[in-house]
Amino acid sequence: MFMFEKAMVGSRRYWIWVGALLAVIAVAFGFYLHQLSYGLGLTGMSRDVSWGLYIGQFTFLVGVAASAVMVVLPYYLHNHKEFVRMTILGEFLAVSAVTMCMLFIMVDMGKPMRVFNVFLYPQFHSVMFWDMLSLSGYLVLNATITLVTLHAEQQDVSPPHWIKLIILLSIPWAISIHTVTGFLYSGLPGRLAWRTAIMAPRFLASAFAAGPALLILLCFLLRRQTGYDVGKKAINGLAVIVTYAMIINVFFIAMEFFTAMYSRVPGLTEDFEDLYLGTVSHTSLLPWGRTSIVLMAAALVLLLVPRMRRNEKTLAVACALVFSSLWIDKGVCMVVGGFIPSPLGTLTRYVPTLPELAITLGVWAVGALMVTVFYKIALSVEIAKEASYVPAYEFARTAGAVGLQAQAGGAALAPGSGAPGQENGEVSGKGEQEWHQ
Amino acid sequence: MRDRVWIVTGLLLFLGFVTYPVWHDLVAHATSRPPDLVLPANEKQCVAPVSYMRTSHMQLLLEWRQSVVRENKQKYVAFNGKVYDMSLTGTCLKCHDRKEFCVRCHDYAGVRTPYCWDCHLDPAQFKRSAR
Amino acid sequence: MKITRKEFLKISGACLVAFSGKKALAVLESPAQSQDSPAAAGKLHKQLGMIIDTRKCAKDQGCTKCIEACNKAHNIPDFQNEAHRIEWIWKRPFGDLFSSYETQYLETSLKDEPTPVLCNHCDNPPCVRVCPTGATWKREEDGIVMMDWHRCIGCRYCMAACPYGARSFNWVDPRPHVADLNPDYPTRTRGVVEKCTFCSERLAKGQLPACVEACTEKALVFGDVNDPKSEIRQVLAKNYTLRRRAELGTGPNIYYLI
Repeated sequence: MFMFEKAMVGSRRYWIWVGALLAVIAVAFGFYLHQLSYGLGLTGMSRDVSWGLYIGQFTFLVGVAASAVMVVLPYYLHNHKEFVRMTILGEFLAVSAVTMCMLFIMVDMGKPMRVFNVFLYPQFHSVMFWDMLSLSGYLVLNATITLVTLHAEQQDVSPPHWIKLIILLSIPWAISIHTVTGFLYSGLPGRLAWRTAIMAPRFLASAFAAGPALLILLCFLLRRQTGYDVGKKAINGLAVIVTYAMIINVFFIAMEFFTAMYSRVPGLTEDFEDLYLGTVSHTSLLPWGRTSIVLMAAALVLLLVPRMRRNEKTLAVACALVFSSLWIDKGVCMVVGGFIPSPLGTLTRYVPTLPELAITLGVWAVGALMVTVFYKIALSVEIAKEASYVPAYEFARTAGAVGLQAQAGGAALAPGSGAPGQENGEVSGKGEQEWHQ
Repeated sequence: MRDRVWIVTGLLLFLGFVTYPVWHDLVAHATSRPPDLVLPANEKQCVAPVSYMRTSHMQLLLEWRQSVVRENKQKYVAFNGKVYDMSLTGTCLKCHDRKEFCVRCHDYAGVRTPYCWDCHLDPAQFKRSAR
Repeated sequence: MKITRKEFLKISGACLVAFSGKKALAVLESPAQSQDSPAAAGKLHKQLGMIIDTRKCAKDQGCTKCIEACNKAHNIPDFQNEAHRIEWIWKRPFGDLFSSYETQYLETSLKDEPTPVLCNHCDNPPCVRVCPTGATWKREEDGIVMMDWHRCIGCRYCMAACPYGARSFNWVDPRPHVADLNPDYPTRTRGVVEKCTFCSERLAKGQLPACVEACTEKALVFGDVNDPKSEIRQVLAKNYTLRRRAELGTGPNIYYLI
């Protein structure tokens, strides 16, 4: 089913990587079993900080999942052809990210065996219900899209017409998943740090910076490991998107800063105080907040200078800075920061425990494994296709280079991973271009 | 066909494994008999007829739970007109001993009780510790 | 009859949609439980509330009779680890409860005075609004914000939503940490959120909440704030009271008499 056999052949490096991931997952699973029997007391969460690393990761990863739209939208709505080799990668990243989100929610539940109650007793006034619904829907959408388009690619036919509707639907849906996640926080009356209308837009801005940044890094990695090149235009296009999104994200933070520090309302200033300033009180979040700001600034410098953005080495550094700074900003500062101080004014320290870290790492490993397997399958299809025909249009240059590399055995793919019937080398006339007319 | 030996052996082992519940008792000279239930000494009639309780006591408990917790109604009018408090610990376990009644039948039938006892208390444990 | 896999999947999908649509329709058609206060909808029902007279309470600052009574009645565990503590009613310095009323010049005796804190059983409870399973809801007949420990999935969204920090989570199995088990009330299990329920089980028997009964100073006045003739209304009419973070629109029903 779904060409999984393509993921079963690979080089030594591939299997070592997969093996390492499986080992991390196995260890994490062991810790999780312990957590199931002992309770969430195994983590560093407390009565005051009742959401921690798990929900922080979930919040961050919803953004990464939504960011697929930043590749899909330009390509399908505005016909930016240069993204063609990247869309499948973005969609697969979305599927993996959404799965990670759901796993993080599951490991955070006090009673995971009862999670079906959300569907049995739906409460339409609860944002969490709609979040569950929209995440599940997004997973189904993207899984369908990737399945159908990849299958069509493999058979070398145009995908069926209805898939275009699904793809178009996935665009507003991607926006909605992160908006709903923003609403989880911004609709609560009690925690002033979260109660801002700009929460959902801020989420979206940081998502559209972090997700594509990760995608760029993955593309670089793929090119190094397998020779699959999405193209310079695609990378540059996506880098511009990351830049704009990062600018908007930093702008939003500055907006929040102004409102808090100019109005001097204690509930608001306290948040910036604890996260960034540290003039009155010194919370455990201070080093995290400060690091995130420094990393963001460094990332912006690298991104804003065109020469550095176009240079792949500095771009890679910039993307890593974007991803890590936003991971801290959302996953650590925003979620945990909302609980400090508590409603009764206490500054409770939150330190994740070893089991908590192990389980978190395990969920990330599941995501990484999914991305690995999916990309392996996708690339097997793409490279097999390109290796077998004479390129006829503008993608020829990159495709040809890949084809030659694959034939020369430089690729990490094992022989025989392509679909049968492609060996005859006939020109496949149908392709992306035709379908979009 | 040199595998024939292994295939037949495997099949026989499988058959033996699958029919274990049937031949175990014969071989061990054990007779399976219904559980030895200790009936309540003080009451002869439960909140519902025995036949109903045998088949549907879990349904009754779920109805009671819904009524007490979500509808704030504590009184149950039984089939014979008697009024009971809808309480697992307070009514059911007032008469039945959990270990000598509930657990015995559940063990025999191999039905694990849901998580009721994680929260609900067994009055017998208080009597025992008081002794 | 030969059927292709594609057709089979199409038919199965249609059936699935039909069945789930049926269930969705059933849910939509069932009368929606009013989550907002019945008091807001015409003051027809009771709204139970409580006055905490801090002047009477302060007569013995070290007194914890209300807390002990509640803890005993409800099998509330006692944890060494502060992080895992379960609190239904507890005491905190007055200044922490009312930080927005705090002035630099607030008399220090009041600022540090231990004051009872508990669930406010709000008119407009955000915790109820956010619960994805309906494990917590506002009871129509008496306005108590109730808990259903059978349904709670332990997502702790209500804990994030509560502006008062009134809720506790069972991070571990509480039963080993309960000193003196009360056979008349269940314990809870690990993985669910809990809070004060205004002693719904005692109210059902016509008794007052355990804390109200235990207070020897009679500092806790309990009653129906919707009934103009109730004792609590008389006291409210004659005294100035504060509610915690009233500006948030939650409509708390715990009144602090200063």
